[in-house]
Formats: sequence, structure tokens, C-alpha cells
Amino acid sequence: MSAGSPAFASVGTPPVMLRLQGLAARYGAIEALRDVNLEVRAGEIVSLIGANGAGKSTTLMAISGIVRATAGTVEFDGRRINGERADRIVAAGLAQVPEGRRVFPRLTVRENLEMGAYLRSDDLGPDLSHVHELFPVLEDRAGQLAGTLSGGEQQMLAIGRALMSRPRLLMMDEPSMGIAPMLVARIFEAVKELNREGLTVLLVEQNARAALKLSHRAYVLETGRTTFSGPGAELLDDDRIRRAYLGEG
Amino acid sequence: MEWVDFFLQQLITGLSNGMIIALIAIGYTMVYGIIELINFAHGDLFMLGAFLALTMLGMFGLGDWSGASAWAAVVIMLIASAGFCGALNWGIDRLAYKPLRDASKLSLLVSAIGASFILVNLGLFWGGLPMDVFAGGVAAAAPKDFPALVPNSNLLGESSLVQFTPKDVLVWAVTVPLMIGLTWIVTRTRLGKAMRATAQNPVAARLMGIDTDRVIGATFLIGGALGGFASVIYSLYNNTISFQMGYRAGMDAFTAAVLGGIGSMPGAVAGALVIGLVRSMSDAYFETRWTNTIVFGILVLILIFRPSGLLGSRAKEKV
Repeated sequence: MSAGSPAFASVGTPPVMLRLQGLAARYGAIEALRDVNLEVRAGEIVSLIGANGAGKSTTLMAISGIVRATAGTVEFDGRRINGERADRIVAAGLAQVPEGRRVFPRLTVRENLEMGAYLRSDDLGPDLSHVHELFPVLEDRAGQLAGTLSGGEQQMLAIGRALMSRPRLLMMDEPSMGIAPMLVARIFEAVKELNREGLTVLLVEQNARAALKLSHRAYVLETGRTTFSGPGAELLDDDRIRRAYLGEG
Repeated sequence: MEWVDFFLQQLITGLSNGMIIALIAIGYTMVYGIIELINFAHGDLFMLGAFLALTMLGMFGLGDWSGASAWAAVVIMLIASAGFCGALNWGIDRLAYKPLRDASKLSLLVSAIGASFILVNLGLFWGGLPMDVFAGGVAAAAPKDFPALVPNSNLLGESSLVQFTPKDVLVWAVTVPLMIGLTWIVTRTRLGKAMRATAQNPVAARLMGIDTDRVIGATFLIGGALGGFASVIYSLYNNTISFQMGYRAGMDAFTAAVLGGIGSMPGAVAGALVIGLVRSMSDAYFETRWTNTIVFGILVLILIFRPSGLLGSRAKEKV
């Protein structure tokens, strides 16, 4: 098997961890999501691809409880979570690395990581060393203000910060945006590594090719609706997908 | 030399007044930092704290206050007014600001102006209650005498031309520990870090599991409590209070917060010391009637030429 297509290393079908059914949401007067249906099974990397404005970020924000769903359901571990407060959703084991990273610029790197563990009261030591192993630069810059880091370093911090809540499902919104290609490779490598350790990942990406190579399965979002879905490798070969999202004609 | 003594006197008065303004200014700057609201009701909240303190003195009996009983009364008033103003500020956020969290900043500002009017009129009503301390309610709007619990004796000796009194000691003994305590809360505690995180990026803070409404509530509580402390030391320092005092004190504190860089706590303190000094120097070397013009002239100049203030960040962050 090539390095680009991770194995589905399981016996039987793993349980559904996250399920969206008929999810709709609006931003003011704009109907951002109309009918989003998707499933993420335990241990999977699932990506959500689509054009700008298709509703990818809104989908993640609705799952996280930041944007309120106007219809449909979000279930996590079989329990309905839409309508719950954002902090309850984090506590349930769902963390998000938001678009644009959104690190706290005038907190130190270390304080940013502590904020990720805000709801925990146990020893942060093991998780800090895990994050530092994954991204050693964060240990070197522990006392530096996050706003002074480069874009790629901020992305690593945003991922490390989300991991500090010990999520079982990590949602990532455009982790490759505005980052040097070498660092993008490093970040995708880290996503794979985390997935091998058992973390389930829902990935939103503009860089559809990279996302599809990395994912077990993918969904395509078009103007607020999920249209296609299938294994990452299959969508990568689909003519319609190639034309629409991979810039091939 | 006489002019040196005179100058030193203005310095002492200016810095002591500046420290009182600083406690109020911190309340403005904390709230602005976290929800970008100029809380115009904050000065009037401070005024109600002074009314509570005077009412409590009336309940204890307005007799002779001296020695230990006077100091005990001061401590009780400080705690009561701080608790009262903190709780009231928290309640105002709940009722007048929280429902507007997603509304435009202008709606929030108008709501704050409304809250300010309500508090001023509460002060007027309170001052009109037939109580001994308020001269029996005959003149609700009249300034009220605040008993001189803290002596005005000169600690530098009777012969000294420079006055440094127990009142000045009280101001510094209350404000400095509060500012140190606040700095500790904001930089070291879990709540303080959550406050800074919420101020810097509220959405990210919620994604970390921070209940931002609770953090904002705590900010109003702390800022209000500082205003309550300020109201008691102001009353003991100046020995007169009025239902309109919140406007002047509030504008001074707001100007101080803007001068220092709104959102910055060290900035608010530095700005307040400057405003305190400008006031005392202007009163002494120009004319009292020009003082407000000078203070608000400064406000206009900062807003035009350096809106980020003296210590404010010049807002350049990588995104």
C-alpha cells in the first residue's frame, strides 16, 4: 500500500461517532446550510471538500455549537448535541482547530496550550509532552507570545491547543491555508500520526487533492448540501470531482 | 522654598486623586477589553457605591467617629460598597448587555447610556429619601456631606507647608494592593487567563470550552467591585458626594483609559495618574474653571492623533 492511502485497519465496521442529518443553519438572512448529511466512524479521517462559500466552515461551527442549527440533528456517540453549549460539546470530546488558526495572540504559547485544557483539572504533563513531541518548535517557543509566531507555527499551536482537551474527534478547518508547502506536509504528516494513535478526524480543506489523498472517505459540499461521498481515492478519480475541485479539465 | 512646597503639594494631591480615578478607569478598560463596550453606566455605578456607604454610616449612627471604630467603619464600607457595586454591575450586564451580545456595538452603547440614566435617577431618588444623612430629603439633588472618618492632620508635622495626610495614606493603602491583586488574578489564575483569551478571540475561547458568558460576568463583577472601593475612598477623601458625581468621575476615568490605551490595565493606571496631575496642576497654576476644558481637550487630541493611547497595542498582529 502506498504512503498516500492509509489503510482501513479494522475488523468489521467501526461505530459511527458523528452523524449529521439534514443539518441546516443560517448566518443572519443567508441560508448557509440547507441539508448536510454525513457520518464519521471511529478511527476514520473524513474530509469535507467544496468551493468557497459552500458552507464547510459553517458546518464545523454548527457541530461545535457556535452557529445554531435551524433544522436537522448532530449526534455524537449516538447522543444529540445540537442546541448544547459549546463548552459541553468540548467536554464531550469534540474539539476544533478553527479556520485562520485563531490563536490567542497576546498569550504565550504555553498559555495557549493551557487554554486548550481549560475544562481539565488533571495533570497536563503527559499531553504537553505529547504535543511537544509532535511539534518540537512549540516547546522551544513556550514563553513567546503566540502572535509573534509564523503562520505555520501558529497552525501547529492551534492543533496542539485543540489536542490539549483530549478530544476523541478532532475537526480541522483549512489547516493548510496560507502556510509554506513544507510546513503543510509536516502538518498533514502529524494528522496521519494522530490518526494512527486512534484519533478520529474530520478535515475541511480547500486543497482537495491533499485532503482526498489523506482521507479514508470524503464528502463534497455544494451550496449548503452534501452531494457526493465516497472513499477518498475514488473521489480522486471521479471526473466530475476532478473538474470541479482539482482544477483539471 | 515656597514654590517647591506648593509644587510638591499639587503633586501629592494629583497623584492621590489619580489613583482613585485609576480604580474607576480599570473598570472601563476591562469591560472594553472583553466586549468592546464603553460602559457609560460605570461612573454612575461608582456614585451609587458612595450613596450606599453614606447610608450605612447613617444606619450605624452618625456620632463621633474616632480611632478604631472609624477604621472599622471604613473597612466595612469598603467591603459593602465593593460587593454592592460588583453585584449591581453583574446584574446590569445580565439585563442590559447580555441580550445584545450579537447585536451591533451601537445598540450596546445606547443600552449603556440608558443604564447610566437609570442609575443617576436612582441616585437622585436615593438622595431624596428622608434619612438623617441626606438632610431629611428636603433637597434630593443637593450634595451630601460625607463624615470625615479619616483625619486631615498633617503627617509631615504641623509646621510643614506640604500636607500629607492619613487620607492620602488611605488612598494608597487601598489602591496599590487592589492593583497588585488584580494583576495577579489576570496574569496567573485560570479565570484571568480565560478573561484574556475571551478578550483576544471570543470564538476561539468558546471552542476551548470557556463559558464566555460567565467570564464576561466575572469581568463586570470585578470591574464593578473596584468602582465600589473607589467610591468609598473618594468619599472619605473629598467628604462630599452628589448624585451627579459619577458623571465627572466617569469622564475623568474614561479619558484616563483612552489616554493609556483602552483595553490596557497598566495604561489605565498611567493615564489616570496623568489626568490626576493635569487636574491638580491646572487647578493650581491656571484656573479651576479651565480644568475640564484642558482634560477633555486632551481626550480630543488623543482620539485624533493617537487613538491607540500611550500604552495601547498598535494593533498589528499576524493573522
